[in-house]
Amino acid sequence: MSDVLARVTKMVVEHLDVEEDKVTGNAHFIDDLGADSLDNVELVMAFEEEFDIEIPDDAAEHIQTVGDAVKFISEKVG
Amino acid sequence: MPVSERRRVVVTGLGLVTPVGCGVETAWDNILSGKSGASKIEHFDTSDLACKIAAVLPRVDGRAGGSPDMKGAFDPDTVMSPRDARRVDDFILYAIAASDEALNDANWTPAEQGDEAQERTGVMFGSGIGGLQATYDASILLHERGPRRLSPFVVPSMLINLTAGQISIRHGLKGPNHSVVTACATGAHAIGDAARLIQHGDADVMVAGGAEASICRLGIASFVACRAMTTAYNDTPEKASRPYDSGRDGFLMGEGSGAVVLEEYEHAKARGAKIYAEFKGYGLSGDAYHITSPAPEGEGGYRAMKAALRNSGLEVTDIGYVNAHGTSTPMGDELEVKAVERLLGDHAKDVSMSSTKSSTGHLLGAAGAIETIFSILALRDQMAPPTLNLEDPSLETDIDLVPLKAKPFKGNAAMSNSFGFGGTNAAVIFAKPPTE
Repeated sequence: MSDVLARVTKMVVEHLDVEEDKVTGNAHFIDDLGADSLDNVELVMAFEEEFDIEIPDDAAEHIQTVGDAVKFISEKVG
Repeated sequence: MPVSERRRVVVTGLGLVTPVGCGVETAWDNILSGKSGASKIEHFDTSDLACKIAAVLPRVDGRAGGSPDMKGAFDPDTVMSPRDARRVDDFILYAIAASDEALNDANWTPAEQGDEAQERTGVMFGSGIGGLQATYDASILLHERGPRRLSPFVVPSMLINLTAGQISIRHGLKGPNHSVVTACATGAHAIGDAARLIQHGDADVMVAGGAEASICRLGIASFVACRAMTTAYNDTPEKASRPYDSGRDGFLMGEGSGAVVLEEYEHAKARGAKIYAEFKGYGLSGDAYHITSPAPEGEGGYRAMKAALRNSGLEVTDIGYVNAHGTSTPMGDELEVKAVERLLGDHAKDVSMSSTKSSTGHLLGAAGAIETIFSILALRDQMAPPTLNLEDPSLETDIDLVPLKAKPFKGNAAMSNSFGFGGTNAAVIFAKPPTE
């Protein structure tokens, strides 16, 4: 879990060009981190690539916060 | 619409991103001093390509001999954050850089002035090809890794009108937002069409121009395939673009963007704007002849010039300088000279006509825009830029083709020609700023 959090945090910082201390579990990609809908799509693709998993579109729609992403990925990678 | 009944349009801002430098005065100084923007292509593999050279935009990261110390080297970081720059193709990046400079030069900031200024300011920008590298990269990715790996930013990187879209978003321009795609005539058509919108009252200010970034494997290979490009000068790139010279063998590809701010005359006067020139005439025509070859005798180009002159209300004797399409192809150059001779008649001997493509290479959809700017600057300085490498002309003409060195000329007006694949032609005419 902590490994996933660290990697997700690093990716969010890079993709959304935000300060690391803003990337908390509750941080909402769009409301708090300045993403738009296309950024979200790109971020989900980057998660798929980084963790070698598939995130179906209906699941991707529910990944709205950093915590959502970490939870989904952690369950997938077991 | 008769000249007397239409609103007058002037040029109040200029912006350039060219292989001989970014920034209008830097690029213009380099053009006048006869600098070539040509170099060996080093940012991708050319080993299997018949053409290995281009007029590549020098960048601060070292591309094409650029460096942070080089005046006029392109620095993408000054346009967008690296994160945002990854999401646009280079042609859009160049368009934004050129229009930033033009709007800044015009000292026109609609977003700070409110709804009226924003709604009366529009954008007319184009490209010949659009996001070719983005399209190429996406195709490879689709083939190798499948559709799920395609970024949501592929489409907004490819689309030509995303130049106009991005410029409008960046500067809050809410007037007409439109785009032109007429191959190598794009830049001239965009400027002419934008001026028409102002003349007709659709807008008071327009940002207009063209951008191109097709120096990539697909771009070079494809133009080589249609036998349009130079292939004989791979070891001497600066010699490759040689319009009217008997050693010419095809065009040298360039990249970059040109942007102008066009403005209704009273609007410009009221805010005390600096005025470079007055937009006077615009002519368009179609060859209806061949997809890549110009019509015999340059007949289509002639009709575009004739229409522009008629539209301008000027006499042919007002024209002192012509910026030629002059791409350094064996057939096109001579046909254009014949067409210009026909237009000018006895006045031919008093006119200077040069091809600045001998310096910048051929910027395709941006060519008409940067060359309109060079024409305006030539008019301002009464100085005709040179046709480099014109050592042994393949034709005889009364027109001064300004070989090798810049030269003073006298004239009240300048014309710029642009002709595109598909048989599409445009000519624009500018005169010195209004005196009353």
